Amino acid sequence: MTLAIKIATKNLSVYYRQLQALKYISMSIPEHSITALIGPSGCGKSTFLRTLNRMNDVIEGSRVEGEVLLDGQNIYSHGVDVSEIRKRVAMVFQKPNPFPMSIYDNVAYGPRIHGLKRRGVLDEIVERSLRAAALWDEVKDRLEKSALGLSGGQQQRLVIARALAVRPEVFLMDEPASALDPISSGKLEDLLFELRRDYTIVIVTHNMQQAARVSQYCGFFLSGEMVEFNQTKTVFTNPRDKRTEDYITGRFG
Amino acid sequence: MSPRTEERLVKVVLWAVAAVVITILLSIVVHVMVRGIPSVNLTFLTEMPRRMGKEGGISTVLAGTLYVVTLSLFFATPIGVAAAVYLAEYARESRLVSAIRFSIESLAGIPSIIFGLFGFVFFVLYLRMGWSIISGALTLALMILPTIVRTTEESLKAVPSSYKEGSLALGATRLQTIFKMAIPSALPGILTGILLGTGRAVGETAAVLLTAGSSALSLPRTIKDPARTLAVHLFILSHEGISMEKAYATATVLIVSILALNSLTTSLLTRFRQRLMQ
Repeated sequence: MTLAIKIATKNLSVYYRQLQALKYISMSIPEHSITALIGPSGCGKSTFLRTLNRMNDVIEGSRVEGEVLLDGQNIYSHGVDVSEIRKRVAMVFQKPNPFPMSIYDNVAYGPRIHGLKRRGVLDEIVERSLRAAALWDEVKDRLEKSALGLSGGQQQRLVIARALAVRPEVFLMDEPASALDPISSGKLEDLLFELRRDYTIVIVTHNMQQAARVSQYCGFFLSGEMVEFNQTKTVFTNPRDKRTEDYITGRFG
Repeated sequence: MSPRTEERLVKVVLWAVAAVVITILLSIVVHVMVRGIPSVNLTFLTEMPRRMGKEGGISTVLAGTLYVVTLSLFFATPIGVAAAVYLAEYARESRLVSAIRFSIESLAGIPSIIFGLFGFVFFVLYLRMGWSIISGALTLALMILPTIVRTTEESLKAVPSSYKEGSLALGATRLQTIFKMAIPSALPGILTGILLGTGRAVGETAAVLLTAGSSALSLPRTIKDPARTLAVHLFILSHEGISMEKAYATATVLIVSILALNSLTTSLLTRFRQRLMQ
């Protein structure tokens, strides 16, 4: 089975001033699948994730070498519109970060930024996005209430709805369930399965079981290097590298 | 001393200190109001001052205050907020930025009479604006600028970076993130800064006395006309012994407006926070 490649990195390195945080990563992420990135804290997986929609640009002193190809186009080449990249490649952070405004305004934020003003159209987008994020039924009666009043799990789904509203193609998720209780976390995983049909998802997680449950592909990072990348099944049942085996069996990390 | 006695002692001391602060405020307010309130009524607020303020009301003085303060905010707010946005969102630590910060700090520490002197020499004489609303407003604008810059910068910096990252991650540009995310989130803080500045401007005497004029008691018609503000009026009434009764009445109006301004700030802030926590 050959799958279309959504994102490919070629010899991707990231430096924070003198420190090389990522070392020559080459990886191909298939479309309409969930790719999990695992590895101990500080191994570079979050840094890697942030290079995929240029969120590393925000960090002072960071420098990227190599290429990140989104549908074959290098997002680091000169003259690329960063906003356009981030619109196509959405990001969900570890800690849910709803904006301090109403639920409705949170979801409408992206479309409004990109120039949409008509209330009717916005209403439709808000409802569709909230439904797709499995949150509509819980919030439909309080869209005008502040998003900060939602529970952690609801907030994380709201953030996903907010990202859905700009119609991205890829979702990057940086430990999206680590701040959630098991039930909310389960709901989030169900949601990921739903989203997988239409989107390409890359998820960083510390939770081995979660990686095994939700992902089809899995990359193991260690000290800024990608040790192994393969189908999740293979990584977990028959790892090629001794270090991967040690990590997933819990011998370190 | 046992930890429990220590705890109790500290509590008593802190309580006493708080009591002293409240007593000072209350005694000033009560002292002024007891003498002022009997003379404050609708006629006092709506009549023009007569015989140098010995008789009549303070209508033109109220108008003068409103004009000078509003105009000074008109100048200071955009410049102050823009400077704060630059400092909080764009500036990287450099020598220029430290120089700007140092200037703002220093500006905040300069006594108002110096601002008055500068305004008099620069706006009134050199720029030939004369004793006028515009000279007074520009001088006050310089004076309240640091307050606005500092509070705005602080409140912009207090906006969690996760909000800004979230906005950028949705494809918003830096400028959109500032205007649609950072400034709205920081709005209560910015408003507080503006209201604090307003309070300072309303109560300012020396700087206004030297720039907006002091003898004008008629209603100003243009911004080139001189104007007398509440604080200046109060100063002249008492200093020149024109009428202590009117002075106290003016002081009462001044105090009440500043207290009103302060409680407006507080209630706006509380309401804003409540709305967020619903």
